[in-house]
Amino acid sequence: MLRKNHIGKIITLLLMLILPVHIFAQDLNVKEVVLEHISDSYHWHITKWGERDIRIPLPVVVKSKQNGWQVFLSSHLEHGAEYRSLRIAQEGRYAGKIVERSHTGTDIRPIDISITKNAAALMINCMVLLLVILPLARWYKRGSMRPAKGFRGVVEMLLTDIQEEVIKSCVGEDYKRYSPYLLTVFFFILVNNLMGLIPFFPGGATVTGNIAITLVLALCTFFIVNISGTRAYWKEIFWPDIPIWLKVPVPLMPALEFIGIFTKSFALMIRLFANNLAGHSVILGLLCLIFLSATMGTVVNIGMSTLSVIFTCFMTLLELLIAYLQAYIFTLLSAVFIGMARAKHQAHAH
Amino acid sequence: MSLLVPDTGLLFWMIFSFGIVFFILVKFGFPVITKAVEKRNQFIESSLEAACQAREQLAAVNTQAEVILQEARSKRNTILNEAQEIRNKMLNEAREAAETEARFKIDRAHAEIEESRNKAIISIRDEVTGISVKIAEKVLGERLQSDEKQRALINRLLDDELVSNA
Repeated sequence: MLRKNHIGKIITLLLMLILPVHIFAQDLNVKEVVLEHISDSYHWHITKWGERDIRIPLPVVVKSKQNGWQVFLSSHLEHGAEYRSLRIAQEGRYAGKIVERSHTGTDIRPIDISITKNAAALMINCMVLLLVILPLARWYKRGSMRPAKGFRGVVEMLLTDIQEEVIKSCVGEDYKRYSPYLLTVFFFILVNNLMGLIPFFPGGATVTGNIAITLVLALCTFFIVNISGTRAYWKEIFWPDIPIWLKVPVPLMPALEFIGIFTKSFALMIRLFANNLAGHSVILGLLCLIFLSATMGTVVNIGMSTLSVIFTCFMTLLELLIAYLQAYIFTLLSAVFIGMARAKHQAHAH
Repeated sequence: MSLLVPDTGLLFWMIFSFGIVFFILVKFGFPVITKAVEKRNQFIESSLEAACQAREQLAAVNTQAEVILQEARSKRNTILNEAQEIRNKMLNEAREAAETEARFKIDRAHAEIEESRNKAIISIRDEVTGISVKIAEKVLGERLQSDEKQRALINRLLDDELVSNA
């Protein structure tokens, strides 16, 4: 009975693997698919049903030169349609972005704060984050001395782990001042990463794989590090403990250290962005193998499909690890930078 | 390379949403949780310490109780022993008293018996002497002179007789 069930499941799975392939295999541009997924857009593309795209229109918020502030749904701009002299550019410098046709006939870019796919996903993820943390905080506020169980226990485990192992040990004495920021960053990145791994609607957007997101996070760390820098920290940068000829006629080391202030945060930004972008791209690329091999005959297709499903499962598991790891690394490095900036006297642990 | 150029709109929304999330979580989220967790950890620590102390105290009380019990047991034993001794002594005393009493009574009885026997013997002797004298008077048909002499003779004879009979 059990075995029969399993055989049924396997056959269904195989059918599921083959069937959509023949529907979608007509012409598939892998680069386009991957880029479409990882880049931002004005609508949320869910799937393609036959010839029809199923997409959620998102609000467009634009300040055009001629008409002032405009708020409307992106469904007005579908398929290159023009709406109130605004349209989505198909090629050129602003390809994929909303442009405005000016009086002279050239395209100019209006001030555009549309809620794009990434912005919408970002907001959803923020809501998820708040919905995870705030009820937990309320539960704790009720003053139950019993240990948290289930989901609360998982969140508490992550939280105390970061608090004890990362923040306390890296920031040092006054870690309590910085722990709310660092915890917020950790859970923000973690939730965004995990939501990005869910392959359908509320998730699936590569939010943390977008440089604007990581830029803001890195800037926050940058400001917090440099605002809380002690005298010893600034002395270490402008007058480090090195042979005098390295800093007097030509301020070689001070210049390097000064650049270092920025590269640290820059590296934070790039690391997070690149890791998530690459992870999503690889998963998508592997999935596309199924559709690419559809034209090579059924046997090859089944083989390739099985292989690519296995690879994709592996990559998704790896991405789960990376989702945590990147959040952890970002928090850890931020904590380390803050700890270095808070050092009372110079540490020789470079 | 639009991937590497941060989009203004997204930047705006990111600053906006992250700012709100940051504000809310810093105000109502993480400090509450970390404080509560810390409080709970302290509570657990103090509880453990209290439990440890209680256990120690209990152990001390137990040993104390054991000591008291031991003492009580030994005291009971001594009391029992003493009682046993007293009992034995009393028994012995009673026995001795009874024995002396009995011996005394027996002795007295013996003495009385002896006395009454002697009396009886004396009276029998008197009787026998009288009878003998009468018989002898009758046999001799005359009154014997000097009673006293006769009696002494008879007594002597009787003694001889009694001795030979005995």
